Amino acid sequence: MRKYVPKGNVQKKAYYTDRFHVVPRVPRNEVEDAHFASVVSVLKADIKESYMELGQLVIHIDNRSNFDVIKVLKEECGYTQCSEQSAVDYLAQDNEFELFWQMLNVNEAKRVRVVCRLPQGMAIDSIESLFKSANFAEREMFDMFGIKVNNHPFLKRILMPDDWEGHPLLKTYPLHGDEFASWYEVDKIFGKAYRDIIGPENRDPSKIDIEDTKRFSRVGYEVPFGGEYNSDTKEEIEYSDTFLVNYNKPKSKTLDERR
Amino acid sequence: MQQVPNKLTPFFENLNFERDDNTMVINFGPQHPSAHGQLRLVLELDGEQVVKAYPDIGYLHRGIEKMAENMTYNEFLPTTDRLDYIASTSNNYAYALAVEKLLGIEAPRRAQVIRTMLLELNRIISHLFFIATHALDVGAMSVFLYAFREREYAMDLMEDYCGARLTHSAVRIGGVPLDLPKGWIENLAAFCDKVDHEVEHTYEALLSQNRIWRMRLEDVGVISAEDALNWGCTGPMLRGSGVKYDIRKEEPYELYSELDFDIPVSDRCDSYGRYRLYMQEMRESTKILRQLMPMYAKSDSQLMAHAPQYISAPKEQIMTQNYALMQHFVLVTQGMRPPKGEVYVPTESPKGELGFYIKSEGEPYAYRLKCRAPSFFHTGLLQEILVGTYIADVVTIIGTTNIVFGEVDR
Repeated sequence: MRKYVPKGNVQKKAYYTDRFHVVPRVPRNEVEDAHFASVVSVLKADIKESYMELGQLVIHIDNRSNFDVIKVLKEECGYTQCSEQSAVDYLAQDNEFELFWQMLNVNEAKRVRVVCRLPQGMAIDSIESLFKSANFAEREMFDMFGIKVNNHPFLKRILMPDDWEGHPLLKTYPLHGDEFASWYEVDKIFGKAYRDIIGPENRDPSKIDIEDTKRFSRVGYEVPFGGEYNSDTKEEIEYSDTFLVNYNKPKSKTLDERR
Repeated sequence: MQQVPNKLTPFFENLNFERDDNTMVINFGPQHPSAHGQLRLVLELDGEQVVKAYPDIGYLHRGIEKMAENMTYNEFLPTTDRLDYIASTSNNYAYALAVEKLLGIEAPRRAQVIRTMLLELNRIISHLFFIATHALDVGAMSVFLYAFREREYAMDLMEDYCGARLTHSAVRIGGVPLDLPKGWIENLAAFCDKVDHEVEHTYEALLSQNRIWRMRLEDVGVISAEDALNWGCTGPMLRGSGVKYDIRKEEPYELYSELDFDIPVSDRCDSYGRYRLYMQEMRESTKILRQLMPMYAKSDSQLMAHAPQYISAPKEQIMTQNYALMQHFVLVTQGMRPPKGEVYVPTESPKGELGFYIKSEGEPYAYRLKCRAPSFFHTGLLQEILVGTYIADVVTIIGTTNIVFGEVDR
């Protein structure tokens, strides 16, 4: 018999779910390549899991051994460049981050991804003393996820302003910014006292405020910049499908030829 | 010491004279014309020498990675235009290739030819832009005008192909949307001749032996091979330091394994070496383009990969077959659902290694997308190579890194 699932709140679910759909997985293969096999054997003690995924070696390690593993990769296996490092937010599922380091061996043209899981609130060791590229990359990771990095020379926000609150790439952070974000510029430029006068930042690009006479001009019933909006001043305007037809006709002048 | 402005000692936003030691802190950018967009560089100067440099970035941060998590895979593609907006197609391509790797599909032959053509054309556009702005920063106005003239022809070619000059979106996941228009190949051939001629007779003739140009560039911005690797330098920045690593050659994608081209390397490690490298790379690009033209003629006309689970079927099938229409409807309204897994795909963009890391959980949205932008790491490098140089060389060094802020801040 099929497993019973409660059907109470069907409306709130996605309107299309194929109940027979099984999400396939990108194949994970055994490590066969001689170079990668030697990397795995050198790091045997630290590796929890290793496999090939789409042509690159992936090794899972413990979050306390990241510095040692990457040091061995650099000094013994010839991985002289750390192309990229960042994190993936799995807080909702496991209360953990998944961190990855993308390493490149320039001589062999091989790539290894070092992956570890880091529980929320824990700090990771910096690899800045091995790879200076980690200086910016770790700052970005801290900025975007709030992951603290030990032994980083200058762990400061990099893309967001220094006095920002919240970490934008967390899954809990709303796409359009949170409460703090909507008041950030008002608070910073004018002060909190001006919140009532200015209002929160509008993040809806299609919103048009008809009474706003500072940002929009209205054909036919123009008001001075910042002037009072008055619906009585409106003149009747005739539009064809696309063009304005009789805009203030008596005052307008038609040119015979192009000047 | 804090500045106390009064009528005699006015407050200068950019300058802070009153420090206890004898250094001066100046604020370079974000509106400085040589800041290549939105770079703010805080420089601590001892006389004219830089003691400390602090690149402050984030002025163009639009949260593109966050947007990627909230858009279906096809929706996100035009957003990648805004990364390195000088050579948009290379971003589109890098992203499309990463998704294709994840899906396990390959573009048909003609699409590959067109993509490789567009990539190389974009490389020329980007390199022309580099030489133009770099020369302008250093003070050679005329080179800027000549290089922008040729860049205009290249952008006309892009416009003929996809209708856009800057934000191309000329690549799709699984192929290309359009075939080349009539006469495009001939125009491209003429453009290749033009570029080859201009590189030799205009840019190099104006610059290579120019005394001022050489004095401004030679032994300026020296990066050792070890430092270049350590700081994550890629592309011309790495090859300019004597490391012969080009992803097109070492980890070939698209048609690069079939093409005959050289990887120019310079072991001078300075700005002049990098300038020579850029010039040579343009020649290699035209060489590649010339080889691609006959390949185009030989390929058959399919443009998009056949993978109806992920990519909409050709239009005649959608219009005639019910099942294809249903699949198309699901793909348009919900987006494709790639298999679970993660992928990191590096490509050689004109600036260096442009890679996309995509983590998929089987949803129509990427669970995490990380864009590995070469300029981001080249900006990080500035805090080291600027130290000890003179303020006049700062502009040269920023120019030679060829950073574009669309991809630094993302």
